[in-house]
Amino acid sequence: MLAALTLLLLCQLVGEVLVQFFALPVPGPVLGLILLFAGLLVRGRIDAPLRDTANTLLQHLSLLFVPAGAGVMIHAARVADEWLPLTAALLGSTLLSMAATALSLKFFLRHRARKAAQP
Amino acid sequence: MSAAQGIAPRLSEIWVYLTATPLLGLTLTLLAYQFAVWCYRRSGGNPAANPVAIAVVVVVALLTLTGTPYRTYFEGAQFVHFLLGPATVALAVPLYTQLPRLKTMLLPLLGALLVGSLTAVVSAVGIGWALGASVESIRSLAPKSVTTPIAMGIAEKIGGLPSLTAVLVVTTGIVGAIAAKPLLNALRIQDHAVRGFAVGVAAHGIGTARAFQVSEEAGAFAALAMCLNAIATALLLPLLFGAFTSFAG
Repeated sequence: MLAALTLLLLCQLVGEVLVQFFALPVPGPVLGLILLFAGLLVRGRIDAPLRDTANTLLQHLSLLFVPAGAGVMIHAARVADEWLPLTAALLGSTLLSMAATALSLKFFLRHRARKAAQP
Repeated sequence: MSAAQGIAPRLSEIWVYLTATPLLGLTLTLLAYQFAVWCYRRSGGNPAANPVAIAVVVVVALLTLTGTPYRTYFEGAQFVHFLLGPATVALAVPLYTQLPRLKTMLLPLLGALLVGSLTAVVSAVGIGWALGASVESIRSLAPKSVTTPIAMGIAEKIGGLPSLTAVLVVTTGIVGAIAAKPLLNALRIQDHAVRGFAVGVAAHGIGTARAFQVSEEAGAFAALAMCLNAIATALLLPLLFGAFTSFAG
C-alpha cells in the first residue's frame, strides 16, 4: 500500500519534472500515467498492492472533485449574470460530444468489422 | 454569570481556532461526500442523485451559513484536491488490465476521440459565444470536458479563469454522469466499451466514476477516453486558440 502510493507519487513527480524541463504541453499527472503504463508494459504484470491501491483511489474518484466544485461560491456573481449561455453551453456541448463520440466509435467499429469480413 | 453566557465566547474561540487549521475543511469534505453517497445508495443508485452534486451543495450551503470564505475551506480541502494527481496516474492500472481489448480497437478509438474532443470544444465555445457569454467565460468553457487539474492548466494557457474552469468541469461531469444512461439508450448503444468511451470523452473523471459503477469494462474505457482526451485537448486547444486569435486579431 505504502510502496504503491509512493510509486504513484513518484510517477507524478517525474512527470511534472519532465513537463517543466522540456516545456511540454501535457500536464504532469498525464505524463505520470504514461510512465506508469510504460512501466507495466515492460514488467508484464500488475502486483496486487498496486492494483488494490489504484482501485481504492479510483473507487472514490468522485470525492476528489468536491473541493473544486465548491469553488462555484467565488463565481456566484458571474454565474448569476451569465447563467443562460453557461448552462446552455454545458448541457449542449456535453450531450453533443457524448453522442458524437458514441456514434462515431460505433460507425468506425462496424466499418472495420465489414472490411475484415470481406475475403 | 450563567453557564450559557460562558459557553458562547468559548465556542467562538474554538471556531476561530478551528478555521485556522485544515482539519475543518478536510472533515467537512469527507462528511459531505459520505452523506452524498448515502443519499445515492438510498435512491437505489439513481444517476440523478449524483454524489458530487449533492456533496457540493452541502459544502456550499454550510460555508454560506457559517460565513466561511472558500479560501479558508480550501486550506483543508486541498488535501483531497491534491489526490486528483495520483488518481490520474493510477488510471494506468485499469488501462493495462484492458490492454488486450484496447489493442484490437486502437484506430477506431483514436478516430472517435478526435470527433468527440473537437465536438466538445467547438460546441461549448460556439453555444457560449452565440448566447453572449463574456470572453473570459468562453475561454474558461473551452477545456470543460477535460479532467480538473488538466483543464485548469489549459484554461490558464489560453487566458481563461482556472477556478471558473474547475467549476464548469465539475458541472460538465455531473451533467454527463446523469445524462449518459438515457442518452446512450436512446442512441441504441449497447457495447459497454463504446458507452464507457463516450462518457469518458464527454464527462472525464466524474463520468468515469459513474462508468466504473456500471461495469469494470465501461470504467476502463471511460478512463482511457479521459486520458486520451486530456492529452488531445491539451495539445490541440492552445493551437486552436492561437490560430483563432491571430486570425481574428
